[in-house]
Amino acid sequence: MRKIWAVALKELRQAVRDPLTLMLLVGLPSLMLLMYGYALNFDVRHVALAVQDRDRSPASRDLLASFGESTYFDIVADLPAGADLDAIAQRRIARAVLVIPEDFSETLAAGRRAAVQLIVDGSDARTATTLLGYASALVAETNIAMIRGTLRRTGTPAPPSIDYQPRAWYNPELQSTQFLIPGLIGFILMLTAVLATALSVVREKERGTMEQLRVTALGPGQLILGKTLPYLGITVAGTFLILLVARVLFGVVVRGSYLDLLALTLLYLLGALGFGLLVSSVSDSQALAFQFGIILSMLPSIFLSGFIFPIRSMPVVLQWVTYAFPTRYFLVVLRGIVLKGAGLGPYWRDVAFLGIYGLAIFSIAWVRLTRKEG
Amino acid sequence: MTSPVEVDHLSKRFGSFWAVQDVSFDVRPGDIFGLLGSNGAGKSTVIRMLCGLLSPTSGRARVLGLDVARDAENVKRQIGYMTQRFSLYVDLTVTQNLRFYGGVYGLREPALRERVQWALRHSGLEGKEDLLTSGLPGGWRQRLALACAILHEPKVLFLDEPTGGVDPISRRQFWTLIDTMAESGITIIVTTHYLDEAEHCGRIALMHAGRLVSLGSVGQLKEVFAGRVVLEVACPRYQEALEELERADGVLEVALFGTRLHVVVTEAGGARERIAERLERAGYAGATVERIVPSLEDVFIHTVMEAESRGEGAAIK
Repeated sequence: MRKIWAVALKELRQAVRDPLTLMLLVGLPSLMLLMYGYALNFDVRHVALAVQDRDRSPASRDLLASFGESTYFDIVADLPAGADLDAIAQRRIARAVLVIPEDFSETLAAGRRAAVQLIVDGSDARTATTLLGYASALVAETNIAMIRGTLRRTGTPAPPSIDYQPRAWYNPELQSTQFLIPGLIGFILMLTAVLATALSVVREKERGTMEQLRVTALGPGQLILGKTLPYLGITVAGTFLILLVARVLFGVVVRGSYLDLLALTLLYLLGALGFGLLVSSVSDSQALAFQFGIILSMLPSIFLSGFIFPIRSMPVVLQWVTYAFPTRYFLVVLRGIVLKGAGLGPYWRDVAFLGIYGLAIFSIAWVRLTRKEG
Repeated sequence: MTSPVEVDHLSKRFGSFWAVQDVSFDVRPGDIFGLLGSNGAGKSTVIRMLCGLLSPTSGRARVLGLDVARDAENVKRQIGYMTQRFSLYVDLTVTQNLRFYGGVYGLREPALRERVQWALRHSGLEGKEDLLTSGLPGGWRQRLALACAILHEPKVLFLDEPTGGVDPISRRQFWTLIDTMAESGITIIVTTHYLDEAEHCGRIALMHAGRLVSLGSVGQLKEVFAGRVVLEVACPRYQEALEELERADGVLEVALFGTRLHVVVTEAGGARERIAERLERAGYAGATVERIVPSLEDVFIHTVMEAESRGEGAAIK
């Protein structure tokens, strides 16, 4: 224990002095958190909408009001008839233009179907799709209101209808930060744990101190534990720090138990640290270890984990590949704990996989590193 | 008292390359034992096998009675090791390095504190405790590395090229430390290619191309010149003169030492005069020829040349 502590203390002291490690352990996670929390926001709100009301009737004003009152659109311009719509989109005055024709109220009054046109800037396909959805819902609402009004005037009883009341559980406002923060934790943990461990071992190889250590009375197991425990501590502390920041800045509240969260994180980190050791056993320079670490841990954690891109919408072959990376399992359980307040029980399969993966990777790394040279 | 280090027909092969071939020697307790040889002679490989870093391909080595191949962990507890590259953490302070190595050897408080104080005093690093190692001059770093290697009071100390890249004054100070340690009973095995440092060694093993070509005290090694005379020749166009002298009668060997030539001749009256005469006849006017006491370098070159002429130089089989 004494020897393991000596190594761990040395690691911590070096980590504090090494700009690269410090950047990796503190700078990168903070940057990611702010970037993903604020910038990577899939919610579409307050879209600039220009309107061209050629009718200027009570009916057209009602329709415009329903757009203007929603939080989805902000009416930024009222265009005269004959305005150059193309220029509006080009100059980015508005991302959508709602055009109401001259005969809008006339047609309605005649009891026929009136048309309105919504022109959307399709260069950002994701936003455009969302906008179209919002717009259809708003028009549908206006339609219903009109039908009700007509029926009331003619004294006809209202026909039976279904009142559709959708509720999104666990994330009622469907805020993407709620969904992204757990993913971000999975990603940051994987990246920092793998890179910090790999670099700390490879740095000793590079500087020649590894050889000195191998001649000392330090057992290889003691060396491995001394090298991984500090990073385990730092990354676990980091997890809770991210959760704290996420709560303060983005209102993400952990609904489940912190104990479950800790247990899950430790299992996940076992694999990540083991993977870092494995990377260190196959690379002799920090540059190489860095590349291995990035390619084999960071990329799968972003793309193949369900962090940003839903696994179900991937090609089937890629879906299979995701099973090989632990972040996938971690995220499912973590989202369960953080957003749904679930325990580990319902996720026992994912938890078991994380455990098996962690043990396997750590054991392979252990064997590779303790093997005697030549 | 038994020998703290016994090496018995030790060999090490890397692929098809024999780095060390059939090396045997033993070291007396409290001795400074020098492993000498040029780069690639196999000195470091021998030391690395003795420290349990490499396993021998064949042969055996025992350190403090323990087989290094089978009992490496127990050997490591009782030895100190310092490499040519200073194995310090340059991003830690002097004390942090010492405390780290002390901890790695399992020293506990208060012994750890005592030993660190002792090491600081002993290596003249008092007052430098909180300096970052990266800012220390080479000589200080070297003494710190030595201090780290002896914190746990090893009985045998291995020094692999300990003075490489260090200024002459620091080298002297360093050797004074080594001499003191040997007097206190620590057995020291040191590799070096500075032949002047060998004068500190009680016994020396000369290595060449993986083989041990000569073994003994400095005095014993110089006995290869028994019945022979070493002459130092200074003359212009010394490279041509070298070839000229190699053809002369009674000349066993000519070697270049800087701009001078060292000529080994068989002991016979008037050897100096004969050489001087020969040079003058060949047109090397103003050549001076003097008899000198052979240095260890002469011994080394002579031994290596002899070994090569016997065909032992071929390390690749």
